Amino acid sequence: MDVLIARNLTCVKQDRTLFSELDVTLRAGELVHLTGPNGAGKTSLLRILSGLSLPESGLVKVHSNSQSDVPLLYLGHKLAQNKHLSAIENLTYWTALHRVNPSLDELYDVLARYELVGLEDLPTGQLSAGQQRRVSLARTQLVDTSLWILDEPYTSLDVSGIAFIQARVDEFVAQGGCVIMTSHQALLSSHQVKELALEYRI
Amino acid sequence: MSPLYSIIHRDFTLAMRQKADIFQPLTFFALVITLFPIAVGPAPETLQKIGPGVIWVAAILSALLGMERLFRDDFNDGVLEQMQLSKLNLSWIMFAKVLTHWLVSIVPLIFISPLLALFLNLTMPMYWALLATLLLGTPILSLLGAIAVALTVGLQKGGILLSLIIIPVFIPLLIFATSAVDTAMFGLNYLPQLAIIAAMLCIAMALTPIAMSYAIRVSHQ
Repeated sequence: MDVLIARNLTCVKQDRTLFSELDVTLRAGELVHLTGPNGAGKTSLLRILSGLSLPESGLVKVHSNSQSDVPLLYLGHKLAQNKHLSAIENLTYWTALHRVNPSLDELYDVLARYELVGLEDLPTGQLSAGQQRRVSLARTQLVDTSLWILDEPYTSLDVSGIAFIQARVDEFVAQGGCVIMTSHQALLSSHQVKELALEYRI
Repeated sequence: MSPLYSIIHRDFTLAMRQKADIFQPLTFFALVITLFPIAVGPAPETLQKIGPGVIWVAAILSALLGMERLFRDDFNDGVLEQMQLSKLNLSWIMFAKVLTHWLVSIVPLIFISPLLALFLNLTMPMYWALLATLLLGTPILSLLGAIAVALTVGLQKGGILLSLIIIPVFIPLLIFATSAVDTAMFGLNYLPQLAIIAAMLCIAMALTPIAMSYAIRVSHQ
């Protein structure tokens, strides 16, 4: 079951071709690790796959089999949370935007699993960088979708945090979800990791 | 919460937490209008002559002052990315954001306008005309301004570019609005001017959200 098919992708940034005629196929139950040196175009590729930017040429098709309103979940470098709003408020507004309305208890429950007990009602600007990242990643537990696109999800997380997020990723893949993620460290996954390497081109 | 209501609720909550952002355009508006009678002299006829123009220019400049914040935080935080990825049409999201921004930062200006009309010696019919033009005209400022904000949101220091893009577009509105108040001064019928401003508002409401959503997507390329 193909979740996402991209054909002939070409991306040009500042007169430099990052990649050209790239084909990507993501299947259900697959964990794809996107690797490459800084500036190779990993973020650009993920943004194209998510539909946030348009490639120079080529096309991307997302097949969503889930019934939800969210075809894919993209979490990028920017955490998509306002520092004046609490973790609960940030997640409430975000879920409402995607037409899922979890109860307050569910939100507290998810945040507790992400080790944010007692911090739910603080403005997220007062949390540490790692805690803010956890709030952002807690979104993965709130919507029903078949593809996660995670751009450097491990940034500023501690060792146990990385293991915890990797466990959530493995769980999702085991349930038939598909994950494409970048990370500068090797993924310690219980699943087979498919590597997609981008080169730095001049 | 429905998606659109959640956007309005969110922007409203944020505005209430950053009250300084609401008061800045408001104090600017009040200060400009208070300084004018001192600078040009307190002759009642002079004030009455320049009054409508002064209030409208002050309204445009203070609207511009708060405009830049409309999408800036959401752009920097990445919230706009998530909004683009939701199934909701981006144009509706933009419309909801501009509506909230108008309610939060422009409607207070309209509320204090009776006091300022008093400073500038406007007669009662002139004040009613002014109020009507402000109610119909300031949403146009927000809607058109938001396109320029959406275009410049990705730039560092986009503020100056923003004013250069947007001030010329406001000139027709300024002409009709001040003309309506001038007509009211002579006790004449100013409905034609109001009708033209209302027509501009209708066109702006119909078309600007589409332009804004396109500009936001371009800013995220």
